[in-house]
Amino acid sequence: MMYVLVGLAAGIVSGMGIGGGAILIPALTIFLDIGQQKAQNINLLYFLPTALFAIFVHKKNGNIEKKGLPALILWGIPGAIAGALIAVNIDANYLRKGFAVFLLCMAAYELTKGYKKWKSQRLNHSKTSLENPIQTGKSQSM
Amino acid sequence: MKNLKIRAIGLVVGFANGLFGAGGGSLLVPAMQKFMGLETKKSHATTLAVILPLSVISAGIYIWGVELDWKIVMLVSAGGICGGVIGAKLLNKLAGWWLNILFGLFLAAGAIRMLFS
Repeated sequence: MMYVLVGLAAGIVSGMGIGGGAILIPALTIFLDIGQQKAQNINLLYFLPTALFAIFVHKKNGNIEKKGLPALILWGIPGAIAGALIAVNIDANYLRKGFAVFLLCMAAYELTKGYKKWKSQRLNHSKTSLENPIQTGKSQSM
Repeated sequence: MKNLKIRAIGLVVGFANGLFGAGGGSLLVPAMQKFMGLETKKSHATTLAVILPLSVISAGIYIWGVELDWKIVMLVSAGGICGGVIGAKLLNKLAGWWLNILFGLFLAAGAIRMLFS
């Protein structure tokens, strides 16, 4: 049951376009005591059906940009092979620490992004409420 | 020149995604916005389309290299499929600064726990 709940939480996050793996892998290793490589493998596999469904929804909404897509995938392939080969051969502890550093960078990025959004939203909001006192909220949706 | 950038992005994103089994999307979304001029929603959606095939390849190597409990994969995936649909629908409705802050705090907590254990 815990596995399903962890998957659900990570799925919601990844469907929204923010890395579900960043939630799933720490959750699997910290709370369910699964090895680093195994957790990463689970994330890769779990991501496949989840992404397939999400892509379907996005495609229906016309959100997928085709320009540059083939080049990105084609050049991503050698990277995907090299990265995975290193991961399965490296000591789990090193991989775990490396992953944690990567996670920390992502955390810093998200926090800065959130702060910037908050700042611009506040600016917009005070502007619109000055010009038009009736219009409140919803000044910025994305 | 622009083509070179796209190739480099693909290479780095594929590598990180393979090495950490995650995070390729988190790199690709801002890279697409910055270097390819894609808007937020499109960059999120397109990222999934890039990372999907790359993850298939990396997962193949992981399956060959590490042993795996398929039952766990099934259970996690079952939750993930439902969550993915909910999340994709929510993306069109809500996104705000608090989401990034909340997410950032979660990640930082997880990272620190993993570094010192």
